[in-house]
Amino acid sequence: MFDKILIANRGEIACRIIRTAKRLGIRTVAVYSDADAAALHVKLADEAHNIGPAPARESYLIAERILDVAVRSGAQAVHPGYGFLSENAAFAEACAGAGIVFIGPPVGAIRAMGSKSAAKEIMGAAGVPLVPGYHGSAQGGEFLQSEADRIGYPLLIKASAGGGGKGMRVVTGSADFAEALAGARREAMSGFGDDHVLLERYLAKPRHIEIQVFADSHGNALHLFERDCSIQRRHQKVIEEAPASGMTASLREQMGAAAVAAARAINYVGAGTVEFLLDEDGSFYFMEMNTRLQVEHPVTEMITGLDLVEWQLLVAAGEPMPRQQKQLAICGHAIEARIYAEDPAREFLPSIGKLRHLRTPAENTHVRIDTGVHQGDEVSMHYDPMIAKLVVWDIDRSSALRRLQQALAEFQVVGVATNTIFLGSIAAHPAFAAGEIDTGFIERHRAALFPEGATASDRTLAIASLEVMLELQAEAVKKAHSSPDSHSPWHQMSGWRLNFDNHHDIHFIDGEQPVTVVVHYRPGGYLLDLPGGSLFVRGERHESGDILADLGGMRVKATVVRSGNILTVLDQGKSHLLTWHDPGAAGDEDEAVAGRLTAPMPGKVVAIMVGIGARVERGAPLLIMEAMKMEHTINAPCNGAVAEFHFEVGAVVNEGAELLEFTAECEQPLQ
Amino acid sequence: MTTLKTALNVNSKEFRANVESMATQVADLREKAAEIRLGGDQRSRAKHLERGKLLPRERVRQLLDVGAPFLELSQFAAYKVYGDDVPAAGIITGIGRVNGQECMIFANDATVKGGTYYPLTVKKHLRAQEIAEACNLPCIYLVDSGGVFLPRQEEVFPDRDHFGRIFYNQANMSGKGIPQIAAVMGSCTAGGAYMPAMSDESIIVRRQGTIFLAGPPLVKAAIGEVVSAEDLGGAEVHCRTSGVTDHYATNDGHALSIARRIVGNLNRVKQMPLAVREPVEPLYDPSEIHGVITSDTRKPYDVHEVIARIVDGSEFDEFKQLYGTTLVCGFAHIWGYPVGIVANNGILFSESALKGAHFIELCSQRGIPLIFLQNVTGFMVGSKYEAGGIAKDGAKMVTAVACAKVPKFTVITGGSYGAGNYGMCGRAFSPRFLWIWPNARVSVMGGEQAASVLATVKREGMEARGETWSPEEEELFRKPVRDMYEHQGHPYYASARLWDDGIIDPADTRMVLGLGISATMNAPAEKTKFGIFRM
Repeated sequence: MFDKILIANRGEIACRIIRTAKRLGIRTVAVYSDADAAALHVKLADEAHNIGPAPARESYLIAERILDVAVRSGAQAVHPGYGFLSENAAFAEACAGAGIVFIGPPVGAIRAMGSKSAAKEIMGAAGVPLVPGYHGSAQGGEFLQSEADRIGYPLLIKASAGGGGKGMRVVTGSADFAEALAGARREAMSGFGDDHVLLERYLAKPRHIEIQVFADSHGNALHLFERDCSIQRRHQKVIEEAPASGMTASLREQMGAAAVAAARAINYVGAGTVEFLLDEDGSFYFMEMNTRLQVEHPVTEMITGLDLVEWQLLVAAGEPMPRQQKQLAICGHAIEARIYAEDPAREFLPSIGKLRHLRTPAENTHVRIDTGVHQGDEVSMHYDPMIAKLVVWDIDRSSALRRLQQALAEFQVVGVATNTIFLGSIAAHPAFAAGEIDTGFIERHRAALFPEGATASDRTLAIASLEVMLELQAEAVKKAHSSPDSHSPWHQMSGWRLNFDNHHDIHFIDGEQPVTVVVHYRPGGYLLDLPGGSLFVRGERHESGDILADLGGMRVKATVVRSGNILTVLDQGKSHLLTWHDPGAAGDEDEAVAGRLTAPMPGKVVAIMVGIGARVERGAPLLIMEAMKMEHTINAPCNGAVAEFHFEVGAVVNEGAELLEFTAECEQPLQ
Repeated sequence: MTTLKTALNVNSKEFRANVESMATQVADLREKAAEIRLGGDQRSRAKHLERGKLLPRERVRQLLDVGAPFLELSQFAAYKVYGDDVPAAGIITGIGRVNGQECMIFANDATVKGGTYYPLTVKKHLRAQEIAEACNLPCIYLVDSGGVFLPRQEEVFPDRDHFGRIFYNQANMSGKGIPQIAAVMGSCTAGGAYMPAMSDESIIVRRQGTIFLAGPPLVKAAIGEVVSAEDLGGAEVHCRTSGVTDHYATNDGHALSIARRIVGNLNRVKQMPLAVREPVEPLYDPSEIHGVITSDTRKPYDVHEVIARIVDGSEFDEFKQLYGTTLVCGFAHIWGYPVGIVANNGILFSESALKGAHFIELCSQRGIPLIFLQNVTGFMVGSKYEAGGIAKDGAKMVTAVACAKVPKFTVITGGSYGAGNYGMCGRAFSPRFLWIWPNARVSVMGGEQAASVLATVKREGMEARGETWSPEEEELFRKPVRDMYEHQGHPYYASARLWDDGIIDPADTRMVLGLGISATMNAPAEKTKFGIFRM
């Protein structure tokens, strides 16, 4: 076994590998980019080395630099994690060249599986089932018709050069083939200038079932059962589970055997995953093989009680696998949900920002959390925006599902948008509970999974209002303490008036919509005027910072995270963002004084449109930013000139950063 | 300290009858206050809002710290005084916290007669300035006024305590280091122009506030110049060109936040010359005072029951408990502040007056604020008492009250008649604050007594002329006198004329006094020098 290894990765997987290494008494070397100097994996490792600027291609993807650190630090092996260099044959080769063990399969296996079409050929030859089809160059209409009849229906005609659905046709029967072929060819020709097509069996409701395989350098190969990763959005796995629901012992054995055969076909060593499409009729077809540890490996660990990273280390060190196939068994059921900093309501656009509040459910035998971040960290635009993997285990699927829902409800993130509610809706969906899952699940249940942009409920507004009042009260108490007249009734927060009642208006912005809650002061609490009616509330702050509220007689415990004017109400597993604002406080400052022109969101300056000092008309573009794959133009607020640009083209700016200084020559602002 | 024990039975029929009687009076008070609170009529309010302006009470609310109390003054000013309805005399005044600092707020109500100054508007404004000066409170003027109410100019313009006194006070307060801050949120014409101009710092709201010595019509008449109000004296002119105002606000809310910011930069520290304790609520619910006050004004009640519901922990250390018992004197705490309480518990005799004078001397010597709970029909009359020198003993108490420089607070809890009003620190004796309960009556004597005196004089005259006067005729004579005294002695009548600072629910007495004492602590303690006590 090794004494010291280098982890050529970051985030949760780096942390997860370090954890096993520590348990085994292996010292760890971390590498980090400038953006990760304070990252969790850097803190956990025994030593850490900077390998360059934030962009991965200037740091985590530079093999020489990582190997240089490995050599200098005396690491005997490199664990690549997943992503980055994990399936890079050249890197594996370079490791060998530098006399360092690459914790992964042999170079040849990586290469063999690197090309999808080549991989299929190898697998076909090894007897691993492939999706029936025709991929040849003969394109005669009659010939294709006969091929189609051979393959069977339903059938998919695809443009060979295609993509994005263009030149694609689903054919349900032989009679429709000719017409569909003509249509597909037309589209392919106009779309790609090439009307070559290929034919494939069409799987209407395929499931993504993958088999975890392992092989050692002593000729042993085995599988650690399947994982169902059918819940995907835009080809990105979201929820994974093991075992697959409805899996029979015989199908498992067939698929396992096929996967082991696949591994043997390429002389595989280490951890790998063979991905299959499983058709409704029980037939399965090879898709691809991933020659690395998968993101979703924890579900396999949870049902087998094994540590796959430990196995990887053992195998890489040349030792045999600790178990044989017949010693492996499935115990219980595990589900993993990937918590991403992304906004499901906006096509899953990554959400970048600071994790101002991060509270995860408590870990125990049922709940495991793999994360690489802690509260206060930035989710940057440079890396995968995954915050954590939430993995639950229980004796059966329905129990595990219950735990998943509970744990998701307890997962609190403020600062970035997350998919926790979306994940929760999947977990709560009856079709998911019934195991009616395939890769089209999210698309099919879209309406149920993406509720209309919800406005804040009365309950949310009541909690937020209470938070505001408690906050103001706490401030008043603090001020009173430091006052020379600390007991003065002037410190009272009851809104006292001579001979009449008083109220306070709290102005929120909910999404784009302004909402005003009128808070009437009442003995011991407040009577709130909410959109749905009046509600008497009172509450106090728990020492944890949570609010213990009494909402019209109902006791509620909720968390409100405040950052500046933004309140995030976390209640019943949902989070809702409200902006608290004081309409008069700032005046119409931007109206009153021209000048401040700020970045609407984090992004990159892509173009500067005018010269410094050049007179521009109101509305003229001054600067273009690219953020979230979209361009944003910053326009002149009125006639005037740019006095200074604070950034150069290519600079990465944070949300709210002042981009330029503008000198106005008039006072009529852009409305 | 001694804890007062109540002898009251809250379940007794009498208590409940008292509660009901007071509840009716308080409900009436709140109902009338609610009307006054609205300000001008619906139409003028709607017009005001249409212009994008905030109503004056909303301005006050947004100016103050969230949730902080507002000790409104002279709420009933001008109530049924003029033929016109002039709610609150067209101006809101009161003490409130701005950025942690107690300030005197003045807010013209442009929905009431365009915010013009009636005679009582001036009186109310000057009264608030008087309190501000005595308590060393920064003044914030939210100006939105057309200036003097022209039809009554002779009662508003020329005299010492008329409109000009406002600016005299501003200058002199500024000289004493009492900040003067103005936010121009509407017109500020003619004399009114001096309100921001005389201020230490001023704000103006664009397209709302205007300041000029003469408005466009007068300018046209005088020199033929045609100019808009905004170009003549708007925010642009005064912030960029004339320098009359210092801060440019884009709307009311903005102006108020600038005012808050200005207060935040005043650099004031409250001096606390008192040994303050942790406040404790009274043992007995202050709202039980409602049941203490007898519904029949002629029936006495024990003032200890009132004190027990005002002071901290109902703790009261009585002075000369066994001497001159019709005047109760003693030390207590209200909201943690030490106070000396002087409370009527019957008619004033020589002993009571001497005891009172002694006690006032004690408090003055020790710098302890004085609270007068006034419920007095006057000093005892009759040859025995005249011969006993009650006039000179009463004079001692009056001298003590007049000269005592510790903050004085008076609450008229019942009758306030004759020299009793003076000896118990009536309006003429400049208490820092004077509050009145809804059941109270203020007059030179009771209506019945006045009717008797007048009837006796008339009867003697008639009898001298040999005429006769039947009891029926006499009653016909007496009744209007009684009615007039009842009408003019009523708190609404008194408060409308600013004989006091406001009518309060007895249950609010503790809060009102606490706020008042705390506010007075902004001013340094003054030394007392008594006049000659006639021996």
